[in-house]
Amino acid sequence: MKQAGGWLWRLSLANLLFLYGPIALLILFSFNASRLSATWQGWTWQWYRALWVNQALLDATANSLWVAAVSTVLALFLGVGLAVGLDSLSGRRQRQIEQAMLLPLVIPEVMMGVSLLLFFVLLQIPLSLMTVMMGHALFNVPVVVIIVRARLKKLDPRLMEVAADLGATYWNTLRYVTIPLLRPAILGAGLMAFTISLDDFIVTYFTAGPGATTLPLKVYSMIKSGMSPEINALSALFVIVSMCLIGLSLLVQRR
Amino acid sequence: MVDQSASIDIASLVKRHGATLAVDHVSLTVQRGEFFSLLGPSGAGKTSVLRMIAGFETPDEGTIRIDGRSMEAVPPNRRPVNLVFQSYALFPHMTVAQNVAFGPTMQGAPRADITSRVRLALDMVKLSSKEERLPSQLSGGEQQRVALARALVNRPSVLLLDEPLSALDQQLRQEMQVELKSIQARAACTFVCVTHHQEEALTMSDRVAVMHQGRVLQVGSPQDLYEAPGSAFVARFIGVSNELRGIVRRIDGERAIVHSPECVGEIQIVLPLHLAIQVGSPVTVLIRPERLRLSTAVQGLSGEQSLAASVDKVLYSGSDRRYLVRLGEHVVWNVRVPNDESGRHGLVPGDHLSVRWQISDAVVLSE
Repeated sequence: MKQAGGWLWRLSLANLLFLYGPIALLILFSFNASRLSATWQGWTWQWYRALWVNQALLDATANSLWVAAVSTVLALFLGVGLAVGLDSLSGRRQRQIEQAMLLPLVIPEVMMGVSLLLFFVLLQIPLSLMTVMMGHALFNVPVVVIIVRARLKKLDPRLMEVAADLGATYWNTLRYVTIPLLRPAILGAGLMAFTISLDDFIVTYFTAGPGATTLPLKVYSMIKSGMSPEINALSALFVIVSMCLIGLSLLVQRR
Repeated sequence: MVDQSASIDIASLVKRHGATLAVDHVSLTVQRGEFFSLLGPSGAGKTSVLRMIAGFETPDEGTIRIDGRSMEAVPPNRRPVNLVFQSYALFPHMTVAQNVAFGPTMQGAPRADITSRVRLALDMVKLSSKEERLPSQLSGGEQQRVALARALVNRPSVLLLDEPLSALDQQLRQEMQVELKSIQARAACTFVCVTHHQEEALTMSDRVAVMHQGRVLQVGSPQDLYEAPGSAFVARFIGVSNELRGIVRRIDGERAIVHSPECVGEIQIVLPLHLAIQVGSPVTVLIRPERLRLSTAVQGLSGEQSLAASVDKVLYSGSDRRYLVRLGEHVVWNVRVPNDESGRHGLVPGDHLSVRWQISDAVVLSE
């Protein structure tokens, strides 16, 4: 037993190293004074300073934040509504829709990107930041539904009954009982959706119009002209911000 | 025909869960201001009846009238009743005062009115000092009081209680039995309480309906149910009861002689007027443990009946002693003797003696 435990411990350590080693290396090299990525020449902050004055990057960041914010609000609105509404359906219907909700999570993102592009072209909606927001809201709705429903299932159904018993209408029960009790899940789902939107490349790539460059798109175009320490610095920031957001999301959900 | 003094009038109520009848043609009338209990083992259908009165379940057949008004198609939020849930179901994100204010707020009462009603309700359950606490900061007994106040603040015509004391420990449960009764007196409202706990039902209720397998077996005052159970089930469910099955041998005026193959000897019974008992009828004789007397004397008192027995076990329980005495191969009776000096505490297992009781104390049921 003891030996097996030791082995498992080593295995998971190797696993973690494999997962986080490259990221750690990326962060380390973002402080490298050398322009050539592969050799170490001492510490510097200069690449971070260079980011700060790069107007194109700042614009892309603003776009990214804007897209993430709007698509998150949209996804929350649709997702929470759907999650709560599903409760008034019969058990079988509920499961069917819940399972259908999982599908977008496993469909290859390229397919989703292509189909969205086709959709927008057919409806003659010009590609812009707006279409990116709609695309992001689309893949974030299932995320919101899944997180909110998990919480909803843990709520005592008698709380809703007692509200009705005390004279509350359906909408008042939602407003004063259900939604306040779901708040940690809604907040957590929002942060999760925000992060996913911020990090998304593929759907954005297909649905972004001219001028609608988000940060991941910008990083990609910068890489085309070769790796640079600035990209390291930018990516390092990205990773850290994303991790913080996900950590925060998990934290608020635990309440 | 609507009984004007009836608070709740239920007529042949039926609820099916799949193929089984959860509630089987139940008819009940609860008087205004009464403390009424539905007593029965789990699965007896009592909670279903309660939930149908509250409006959370729809009857498959039958009608429910509250204050003379039919409740058909009336949603829970429009019924003049409030339900106190077994788990209390307090809103965890609201303070005690906010919980209690929920009902009046939803009904659109004016703000000043709400504040005074909330204070009054919290006074009634003696919780005024804890207005600003969250439910999670309260003890089980306090949570129970909040749940009561939250329901009573709406001045319901009927308060429904689902196993109100089951989550409390023994000590608190007994205190709350008294408390509930006095809260009911102060609130001057009809209480309908579901419980599987017979002692609880007896101490609190004005009347009790005993339910079993979806049916109401008997409705009556606690004393009626205990002293004159209408069936062996009721007798067994309410208190401990000693039984003897036998055949009527002779009838002599209002008395009859019963012979039981289960023990030695014959016993005399008073014939109940409402039962058609003839010579040869099988009957069950029931006697409560505290109505029995143990004696080693040969001669009994007048009007007494006696049977030979031997002591099987002696159980000491503080206020009294319980003797398990054997009357026959398959008949063991419970005898309760108060723990005073007159009690025979010299008895040990194996002693031979006689069990005696007043003939009029025995309850006779026809099979």
